[in-house]
Amino acid sequence: MAVLQMQKISIYALKKDRKKLLEFLQRRGVVEINNLLPEDAVFKRNDVSEAMQNIEKNISLAKDAIDILDSYVPDKKPSLIALKGKKVVTEEGYASFREKYKPTVNEVKRVISLHKEIAESKAEILKHQTQIDILKPWVTFDIPLNFDGTKQTKCFIGSLPNEWNLEALYKCLAEGTPVEIDIVSSSKEQTCIFALCPIENADKVYDILREMNFSYPSISMDTAPSEQLNRINSQLSELEQTISDAEKEIKSYADHLDDFLFLQDYDTMRAEKYNVICQLLQSEHAFILTGYIPERDVKRLETDISARFDVCVETTEVSEEDDAPVLLQNNGFASPMEGVVASFSPPGKGEVDPTMVMAVFYYVLFGLMLSDAGYGFLMVAVCGFGLIKYRKTIEEGMKKTLRMYLFCGLSTAFWGIMFGSYFGDIVDVVSSKFFGTKLSIPPVWFVPVNEPMRMLTFSMLLGIIHLFAGLGMKAYQLYKQKDYKGIIFDVFFWYALLTSLVILLLSMEMVTGILGISLTIPAVVLRIAKYLALLSAAGIILTSGRESRNPFKRVLKGVYALYGVSGYLGDVLSYSRLLALGLATGVICTVINQMASMVNSVIIFTVVVIIGHLLNFGINALGAYVHACRLQYVEFFGKFYEGGGRLFHPFNENTKYYNIKEKM
Amino acid sequence: MDKFGIVLAAIGAILAALVPGIASAKAVSMGGVAGAGVITEDPSKFGKVLILQLLPGTQGIYGLLISFITLSQIGVLGGSSEISFVKGAMYLGACLPIIIVGYTSAIRQANASIASIHVVAKKPEQFGKAMIFPAMVETYAILALLISMLAINGITGINI
Repeated sequence: MAVLQMQKISIYALKKDRKKLLEFLQRRGVVEINNLLPEDAVFKRNDVSEAMQNIEKNISLAKDAIDILDSYVPDKKPSLIALKGKKVVTEEGYASFREKYKPTVNEVKRVISLHKEIAESKAEILKHQTQIDILKPWVTFDIPLNFDGTKQTKCFIGSLPNEWNLEALYKCLAEGTPVEIDIVSSSKEQTCIFALCPIENADKVYDILREMNFSYPSISMDTAPSEQLNRINSQLSELEQTISDAEKEIKSYADHLDDFLFLQDYDTMRAEKYNVICQLLQSEHAFILTGYIPERDVKRLETDISARFDVCVETTEVSEEDDAPVLLQNNGFASPMEGVVASFSPPGKGEVDPTMVMAVFYYVLFGLMLSDAGYGFLMVAVCGFGLIKYRKTIEEGMKKTLRMYLFCGLSTAFWGIMFGSYFGDIVDVVSSKFFGTKLSIPPVWFVPVNEPMRMLTFSMLLGIIHLFAGLGMKAYQLYKQKDYKGIIFDVFFWYALLTSLVILLLSMEMVTGILGISLTIPAVVLRIAKYLALLSAAGIILTSGRESRNPFKRVLKGVYALYGVSGYLGDVLSYSRLLALGLATGVICTVINQMASMVNSVIIFTVVVIIGHLLNFGINALGAYVHACRLQYVEFFGKFYEGGGRLFHPFNENTKYYNIKEKM
Repeated sequence: MDKFGIVLAAIGAILAALVPGIASAKAVSMGGVAGAGVITEDPSKFGKVLILQLLPGTQGIYGLLISFITLSQIGVLGGSSEISFVKGAMYLGACLPIIIVGYTSAIRQANASIASIHVVAKKPEQFGKAMIFPAMVETYAILALLISMLAINGITGINI
């Protein structure tokens, strides 16, 4: 458990080595580049935004192309990378990609344009299909739809709503005679007609037709509908051909998927590199790189770098004013908790790394809230399987997550055994239902559902231990900051006050009655506790405001600090959630088992049990996770930890699919 | 008159499942609406948003819990159901904390959850802190659950 000591590093190198040196640093991933020096007349920063834009565009193109390929040729894209690990590429492989770079970018663009072509063709097909729908009723008609008439005649081609027959039409149009009417097609919705009349009757016929809601076809063309239909159909098959060709071509790029993936990673790395380049101070022939590096890595980097390049490396201690980043180092048991600490806030200046102490409590609290041996063993089995099966390839982040749930699972199983809960009371239910004899696994300790008060007492006791551990961390932190007075005033007094108050509370019959415990505290201890409480309270009042000079203000601040006792009361009561959430898991397990045993079929029983327990596990594991975090963040951290640090972000590869292996 | 004892207790049990259940359903749907908006912008935040959406869902479960304990204590789920009027009324009273606090806290927690979903939408790295805000509201539902549970357990032992 430690916050790693950082050092400031400056590397002075020649510009001709720039690319190689940066790539080397990127592969090592131990330096965070910060620009700590101002520009001057000789050393300036370069603007690389244009190159950056290009690279970023290529990254997004590669991503699109990969998604497109994935949708046409599924299952080729690597999955479960977090477990199976990234593919390893040698340095030569990385260097040789430079020749492939241009063609790959073109291929990527080609795939995207093919995909666009397919989308456009599909839209076109849709358009043609509506035209076909319009033309369908006219298919037997052999005159173009925009035919208007001859010199002497006027022609009306269009449709009338509803179904009509010739007789009825002639009757309606009798006024405009002589007319020639022909029904092209007729259905319930519409009747397509062709009407011809002498040109002098045109207006009259048109008026009548309009009253009958006559309408012209919504498309006009120069050729007869049947011919037009043929043309559209041939266009349709052409479009379909285009689509299938394009699809075929896209599929032919499936073998290049690896290149596409590499392109995305390659350009991601380049983007990172350019990001650094724009922070470098450069003169005509040399450049300066500044940043932070963990102390443990300095030696190795220095020797490796000087062996390969003509450089000068300089490291200095981090001073007070520097905004040095924070990197935590913990053993395998506690390191999964670093993420939980970081999501609150990394330790600020002068603060200690709380991860190790927190980890112990986190696992215990999580286990108490889930507290079922069945669920615990399930978690252990799943996480253990993942950790063992993929032990060689697993990514660091995934490994930590699995390990965290492995430990949580162990703790859950432990408390489950203590409280005699195995998927609730499934052993009892199954044995009495299917085997006739009721078997049950007795708890090692006690059953919280039967003795909730005992569990409540235990929860609060655990809470007091947790809070005291928090105070202890504060003492340790003050010790590190060499504030020895603070240890007595801010920690010791509180320990004394709280302990004596607990003793006094336990001497009251009301409290022991509620908690259901019998305790006789010797009168001497009681008297000592009384005086101790008074003394420490006075101490807190007198010392808490010690940074104020005004004595009046000082005492007021002290009284306010003493009022913090009520906060401790709330904090301890807050641990009652251990009881509530623990019971929630247990009781819902029982409900599920009881529901399942209401039916007499083994299959339905199994289905209900599996689905029910999965649901219960999900919701309660979520609850345990959230509330374990809360107890750490609010109750535990509240005693000593503020955070406010900045996480260490080294200049590294940051790739998604590939790992570049360094030549040793 | 004593026949009403079981009625009162059963009403308490049923309300304990009903009222917080309604509130949680509403609260989770509020979270879902906000969460869906975030997902349209950035589907990768699904896991975080889902957790925030689910947080106010627990009140319904607490209600179910109290309901179940009450039903089994008063013998509706098997056993004898001889309960005096006073005892029945006490069971109803014991259910009230989770009925009332469960309802209000779920809705309030949903508001905090939605605010936290907005935080995650803009600053996903602040998820740890964002998660704590709704969890703070839940404390009071847990306290209500605790009292309801202890009260029901205690009433069973009283001989009236």
